[in-house]
Amino acid sequence: MKHESLEKNATLLLIFSFLVVTVGGLVQIAPLFYLQNTIESVEGMRPYTPLELAGRNVYVREGCYVCHSQMIRPFRDEVERYGHYSLAAESQFDHPFQWGSKRTGPDLARVGNKYSDDWHREHLMNPRNVVPESVMPGYAYLMNKEVKIAGFGKHLATLNLTANNGKGNMYSDEQVASAEADLQAQATGVDADAMLARYPKSQARDFDGQPAKVTEMDALIAYLQMMGTLVDFSTFKTEVEPR
Amino acid sequence: MGAGSLVQMGLWALLALLAITMGAKAEDLPFAVHMYIFAAAALLALVFKARSFGKPAPDTSGYLDGVVRYGAIITVFWGVVGFLVGVVVALQLAFPGWNPDLEWFNFGRLRPLHTSAVVFAFGGNALITTSFYVVQRTNRTRLALGNLSWFVFWGYQLFIVLAATGYLLGVTEGREYAEPEWYVDLWLTIVWVAYFLVFFGTLLQRKESHIYVANWFYLSFIVTIAMLHIVNNLSIPVSIFGSKSYSAFSGVQDALTQWWYGHNAVGFFLTAGFLGMMYYFVPKRVERPVYSYRLSIVHFWSLIFLYIWAGPHHLHYTALPDWAQTLGMVFSIMLWMPSWGGMINGLMTLSGAWDKLRTDPVLRMMVISVAFYGMSTFEGPMMSIKAVNSLSHYTDWTIGHVHSGALGWVGMISMGCMYHLIPRLWGQKEVYSLRLVSWHVWLSTLGIVVYASAMWVSGIMQGLMWREYDDQGFLVYSFAETVAAMHPYYVIRAFGGLLFLVGALIMVYNLYRTIGGQRPVKVAVPGAALAAAE
Repeated sequence: MKHESLEKNATLLLIFSFLVVTVGGLVQIAPLFYLQNTIESVEGMRPYTPLELAGRNVYVREGCYVCHSQMIRPFRDEVERYGHYSLAAESQFDHPFQWGSKRTGPDLARVGNKYSDDWHREHLMNPRNVVPESVMPGYAYLMNKEVKIAGFGKHLATLNLTANNGKGNMYSDEQVASAEADLQAQATGVDADAMLARYPKSQARDFDGQPAKVTEMDALIAYLQMMGTLVDFSTFKTEVEPR
Repeated sequence: MGAGSLVQMGLWALLALLAITMGAKAEDLPFAVHMYIFAAAALLALVFKARSFGKPAPDTSGYLDGVVRYGAIITVFWGVVGFLVGVVVALQLAFPGWNPDLEWFNFGRLRPLHTSAVVFAFGGNALITTSFYVVQRTNRTRLALGNLSWFVFWGYQLFIVLAATGYLLGVTEGREYAEPEWYVDLWLTIVWVAYFLVFFGTLLQRKESHIYVANWFYLSFIVTIAMLHIVNNLSIPVSIFGSKSYSAFSGVQDALTQWWYGHNAVGFFLTAGFLGMMYYFVPKRVERPVYSYRLSIVHFWSLIFLYIWAGPHHLHYTALPDWAQTLGMVFSIMLWMPSWGGMINGLMTLSGAWDKLRTDPVLRMMVISVAFYGMSTFEGPMMSIKAVNSLSHYTDWTIGHVHSGALGWVGMISMGCMYHLIPRLWGQKEVYSLRLVSWHVWLSTLGIVVYASAMWVSGIMQGLMWREYDDQGFLVYSFAETVAAMHPYYVIRAFGGLLFLVGALIMVYNLYRTIGGQRPVKVAVPGAALAAAE
């Protein structure tokens, strides 16, 4: 076939140029959905608690990913600076993924439990109070914005509609039904036993120093404090050594 | 004015009603704001349509250039907005005090506003505008489907307004260059399909037997962006009365889908479409045919085939499987060849007419843009090599690379085209002052060079500082120390951006003086006699 026939027929040109651009995606992306070894199976991973999810939504909303990555690469310096390199399994419940592509600030994949709640609150209120060199904006207004608890179960139910790598629902019916109570309990630490049982390794307390209300500061700190804490790397066997 | 108009008015009324209802039931403030903006737009469309009753039918002979004129002006407007926000966010990084600590204007919300304003508002309007201009001239026919091109124009502006206000209000999907939420994505899909119909319909009714090469690039850009946009934005809204949605994919799959989209927003939005501009406007300006027709064919097919594979180079050494990373790297390196093929084709079009560079600053701008295209398409494949990427990734080097492409290539080819288009659309031979164009050219070039060099230094320096060990085997620098070291370069970068902005403001003045007092001209579609000459 001569190229001229494409130049003289708009429909043919359309079909051919479309076919040509579909190939790459089909070969690269499609296999990730069925190749078993894409995501390793790891002990300890669980979906986010309602409060953590609310905090993650604040993280997304404020565009934190613009300056912070959540993806530690397998290099000696990164592993020493941030901790064990990130596993695919660790972001399997991330809708959307927040790996980021720029580190104006440090990686946050394992920031959980490295600083106190007070430090986080001070830092988010005005980063230069605790890190003089920081160029991060302040987020003091999070202290006054209350998390909308009513109807939060809908968020969990929505996530249950995703494919979840063929592993069934992300959240059990019980978790969806008790989402509001769990959110309240985790942000106050009051009557949190049932919530802690439903979400292993979660932490329940008043995160922002304002026990009377559940703010977005509570949610964001709860999210930051759990990041990278679910997998126990003292027992996890690495397949690859850091480069 | 018949039944068709009444149906259209009915549709607008229905849309307005729907939007008002959704706004009233909205579960969050931004969603309500957006629905009311949408309703206002639909009502405006309704009123506009109603006012056309009783007026004589508009003249539909000649080219449909009204939409191109509007597009040219709005392109310049959004360009200035995008550059201005860019300077502001650059200052926020250099001096954090520029963050007002108000939720709407923090860096995290303004930076997506900046990137989208430049890529989609400025770049997108430049593409729509020039494609409408070029597809009519190269096919000797009026834009197809009546006034649908006007719907594309206004619909696209509405998309921009919704996206931009959304960023400030905190409505985002958290996907780079695809931040707008589900309902804005749906609207853009409708507008984009209309855009495709206008463009493709115009190709179908052409009076030339061959489809000119610029149109191949425009067509591929429109179709591929539709595919990328739809797949990457698959998400599930929490409520149809609320702005929040969750991505259908997660983790690894989400990451690769996003960067398959993200890199091809570069490849098809910022490259293929703008190559369409190059293939029409550079030969026009030089008054010479394209250097090699055969090279255009090779350039086109290899570029669109290879580009789509390059996404994984944004995910080197991440949790993405190694095979996908390597595949992305290999295709990115191969991509160097078609990119430079295109550059050579553009530059060599000047063969025998290089002297025009001395007398024509508009051509100079276009040629510099093609040179920047060549530079950044060499830099890109280099940075996609895993060993280089291990240093460059997460640093300002990437930012510098993007800007030499976006300011140098996309910005300057678009502005060059505007300098060529706008006088012709208003019946002028040339812009008001070529001397001012020359100022613009050199100010922008200087601005980009300052910008890119600052980012090279800061990026490579920070990358090296992160991995620096002392002889005891300890990391030398804390993260905060590397941030402090960036300060001078962030100041220099803001200055480079400012130079670019000043250049653009000179352009605004120049174009204002060009248009001022002039009437739009109607251009007749040339008859068959010209067909033989082509």
